[in-house]
Amino acid sequence: MTRITAWRRHPLARYAVLILALALVGMVYTAFIQASRPADAALASGKVDDVAEGRSLFQAHCASCHGLNAQGTSTGPTLIGVGAAAVDFQVSTGRMPAANPGAQAPRKPVAPWVNEEKIRQLGAYVQSLGGGPQVPGKEQVDPAKGDAGKGGELFRANCIQCHNWAGAGGALTQGKYAPNLNESSPTQIYEAMITGPQAMPVFNDTTITPEEKRSMIAYITQVREQKDPGGFGLGRIGPVTEGLVGWIAGISAMVLAAIWITAKKRQKS
Amino acid sequence: MSDLTAVPKAIAGPSSYLDDRLGAGNFLKRNLRKIFPDHWSFLLGEIALYSFIILLLTGTFLTFWFQPSMTEVVYNGSYAPLKGVMMSQAYASALEISFDVRGGLLMRQMHHWAALMFVAGMMVHMLRVFFTGAYRKPRELNWVIGVLLLTLALAEGLTGYSLPDDLLSGAGARITQGVIVSLPLVGTYLSFFLFGGEYPGTDIIPRFYSLHILLIPGILLALISAHMVLMWVQKHTQMPGKGRNNRNVVGAPFYPAFMAKAGAYFLFTFAAVAGMATFAQINPIWLFGPYTPADISAGSQPDFYMGFLEGSLRLMPAWEINLFGTAHAGTLPLSVIIPALVPMGIIMTGLALYPFIEQWVTGDRREHHVVERPRNNPHRTSIGMAAITFYGVLWLLGANDEISAFFHVSLNWTTYVGRVLVFVGPALAYLITYRMCLGLQRSDAAVVSHGVESGVIKRLPHGEFIEIHTPPADDIEAHLRGKEPVPMLPVREDTSGIPPKGMRGPLGKLRARMSKAYGGEKIPLDEGHPHEEIEEHAGVGSEGEDRSLTR
Repeated sequence: MTRITAWRRHPLARYAVLILALALVGMVYTAFIQASRPADAALASGKVDDVAEGRSLFQAHCASCHGLNAQGTSTGPTLIGVGAAAVDFQVSTGRMPAANPGAQAPRKPVAPWVNEEKIRQLGAYVQSLGGGPQVPGKEQVDPAKGDAGKGGELFRANCIQCHNWAGAGGALTQGKYAPNLNESSPTQIYEAMITGPQAMPVFNDTTITPEEKRSMIAYITQVREQKDPGGFGLGRIGPVTEGLVGWIAGISAMVLAAIWITAKKRQKS
Repeated sequence: MSDLTAVPKAIAGPSSYLDDRLGAGNFLKRNLRKIFPDHWSFLLGEIALYSFIILLLTGTFLTFWFQPSMTEVVYNGSYAPLKGVMMSQAYASALEISFDVRGGLLMRQMHHWAALMFVAGMMVHMLRVFFTGAYRKPRELNWVIGVLLLTLALAEGLTGYSLPDDLLSGAGARITQGVIVSLPLVGTYLSFFLFGGEYPGTDIIPRFYSLHILLIPGILLALISAHMVLMWVQKHTQMPGKGRNNRNVVGAPFYPAFMAKAGAYFLFTFAAVAGMATFAQINPIWLFGPYTPADISAGSQPDFYMGFLEGSLRLMPAWEINLFGTAHAGTLPLSVIIPALVPMGIIMTGLALYPFIEQWVTGDRREHHVVERPRNNPHRTSIGMAAITFYGVLWLLGANDEISAFFHVSLNWTTYVGRVLVFVGPALAYLITYRMCLGLQRSDAAVVSHGVESGVIKRLPHGEFIEIHTPPADDIEAHLRGKEPVPMLPVREDTSGIPPKGMRGPLGKLRARMSKAYGGEKIPLDEGHPHEEIEEHAGVGSEGEDRSLTR
């Protein structure tokens, strides 16, 4: 008891109490501020600057069409609520930033400033605006964990109307089209399903569960990696190219053969 | 010493044994020396003939494993992405042929490529016969057999396309059913009759199988035989040329020359089919997946010979008539009936009737064994080209989704352009072809009357340069001089100004008018100056009419 009393009277005690009080207030303040900010993945993980970085990237590369606060303009839709998955899909496939307005933004090589970190930052910013679908984890899109047979049935029931039986793509109305799926990464395929980019509808998790999506990815990647057993695949678009080959290679060869075997030296008259 | 010209006993013995019993010697002696005229285009029909043989052989192979059954099974074969999927026995056995039967995929692909070559060969052969007028008397009936063969080949192709029961064949069967139910009054009855109940049911595959491997090939075989026998008996037509006329055939005998060529051509056909089957994948049914009526794919297309029907369906505006203003009283879906029946009707009926219509218009009842060069019957050639354009636009537009996707043009615009082109294209083709035919006739006339350029330039005393023309070679001139004016009806009015019988009334007048336009000689070969008189012509430095030294 006397010891504590002795310390209380120590000349440095007042400073120690002051520091403790300051630390306590600081901690309470921090906790309070954390709780009052939007519940945001980046902030919760302590990456506060991702959102800020993303915001400046957004203002430099996206705001001219989507508006300074992503509220949308006459040339670009609002991005509030589209989520990080949409950002990751559009930017990693090179579709955004769009080169020019048209029926549809095509897949193209990504812009020079784009890398994984920049996409994450942009995604974090857009996610902070109003939530939305998140970028799927590696596990979620792993083709090896899917059931290709089941996925194929879902693929045929939901995708091939536009994307063709082998994911070779196809035409839609007014210059729009369903792109081929040969270059899409499993993550991009997953993101396309949950965000419904451009003309594509959204296949949310109640329509097609995440496991089913993974199975579809398994089917798509298995089929596109498969070597065509019957020779050249002819673009895997079916009878149109087959007919072309039949006429251009087959009939032409036969006509040349006919000319060849009936040819004779002209007799000098 | 044995006589070298005597037949060895080992051959003479069995030969006379057979000859005594079959009387084959006389037959062979007569027929082995059958003369066949030589021209490359005369071989085109053989593409179809030999493809048919390949089809019979590969098709027989496929029947050893194919099971035409709609029983549902779980796939458990070698193709991993379809493992565990429910499918019909037909599709499963087609997959088995593709992946688990040795040589099965090659045979399937050869069968399919040969089918394309069969129809394409028929088409090019038919175009040759049409454009050279080889269908004229006495060959009209053989022409009609040919049109029947083509129609049956389309039916054979359609049934074969449906057999594997993959997603594409199901789409084809669905369109067939759609066309059937669109027929007024009888549509639904016919559909229920064909499919044995509601679409798709379980009967259609076994039924198509019977049609595809038994009935239609049987009729095809019979008609092909009739086609060949008639050709043999009537003798092959020949191109106009030196010493060729309607009473003789100039060419090489069947044995040995023509037989060797035909044999070689069979091997060429076989090589083309086997080559394509080896290097180009056709109808990859494993990619399409099993058929369920709920699924449809982008890029669903028929094989090329059905493409024109697909195109006409795609071009057609969505017209329909609800009888008595309500859908309950019945609907007439013009958007299906018109594209399904009208182009097919125009093309097939037009083909079948053309020889008879031409005869009616020209009044030409003579026998023809020397064919016409296409340029020498400009209206026929133009009608043919117009028909090709009509068919071609429809065919092209059958692939408008692939065109749109590949060339990045709006799908809607391909349809709008196609709707105009299907009417404007044939008219343009007609005009252009007609002018080209006349131009070519003029060039023939120039060769006959002025000769061919010799490349020798001569300077005349007064300074003019001329190029010396020499007469064309005999055989070329004979070929050009094989031209005959297109016959016309003799429309002579009698003394009181009344046209002859058959030329009266609106139909008769139309006939006379058509005959006048269709027939006649537009560009006479010798425009009044045969080439004996003229050997040299002004080339450089003279305008307009050629001038000659000798005049």
